[in-house]
Amino acid sequence: MTQHIVELRPGDLLETVLEPVSRMDLIKYSGASGDFNPIHTIDEEAKKAGLPGIIAHGMWTMGNLAKLFTPYYEEGFIQDYQIRFAGMVFLNDIITLQAVVVEESDDEYIDFEVRAVNQHGKPVIKGKIRFKKLKE
Amino acid sequence: MFKDVVGKKSEKIKNIIERGLVKRFAEAIGDPHPIYIDEQAGKASRFGGNIAPPTIPRTFDYGVVEGLNLPKKGLIHGEQTYHYNRPLLVGEEVYCYMELKDYYEKTGKNGLMSFLVVKRYGEDKEGNVIFTEGSTIIINEAVREGMKV
Repeated sequence: MTQHIVELRPGDLLETVLEPVSRMDLIKYSGASGDFNPIHTIDEEAKKAGLPGIIAHGMWTMGNLAKLFTPYYEEGFIQDYQIRFAGMVFLNDIITLQAVVVEESDDEYIDFEVRAVNQHGKPVIKGKIRFKKLKE
Repeated sequence: MFKDVVGKKSEKIKNIIERGLVKRFAEAIGDPHPIYIDEQAGKASRFGGNIAPPTIPRTFDYGVVEGLNLPKKGLIHGEQTYHYNRPLLVGEEVYCYMELKDYYEKTGKNGLMSFLVVKRYGEDKEGNVIFTEGSTIIINEAVREGMKV
């Protein structure tokens, strides 16, 4: 991992692979977020809703994706974070988080294209992050 | 069905960024970084204290927009956006409200779909905006029928 986010160049990649999605991950997120929609935790309720099984909260995946930037808080913060939910995340899916620098960074910010991809290479969420640089 | 609710806002609600909530939330997204949960690390940081993960505003109380009664089940979360003027600080008071920004309908291959665009705001005590949050929620035909509207 690069020491400083400001040293990244267009095309550079930040990437992390998550542990397979577990029911406990989603139970914990339900508790922490207050989103107790049972399609995220209870098989029968997911099936009743026409799903093959429980699915992750979209916001769980979006929350995870932002952690690619957490090590760089001494240099700035996430100013803009836009996500489109593109696919469902199921139990045992292996999710890869990715952020790619899209433009030459200027004095104000660095733009990234971000996404979370499942083990079949399909994006489940995708969007953009604008990282605001703060002066020393 | 929510056309006449567009533009309506909720009353502001005071939320406190609780240390315990921030810790639980950071752990639940697999990001228990010291900047969120370690007091010493927070004090030593450029923010002078711990901050909160950027997606945490989803858990805040924004009050109620009159007439915006959504079903508990069957909603599809289409898009989500955040804009920050600065990170949220652990322990601070944030005044939150929401607004129905837009409502429209489209007919697609799954029948009639309704789209709700909700904007949420978090301000400091002086009324300066700290963050805004945008959500696009999709309601499909089956759920609409269940709502009898």
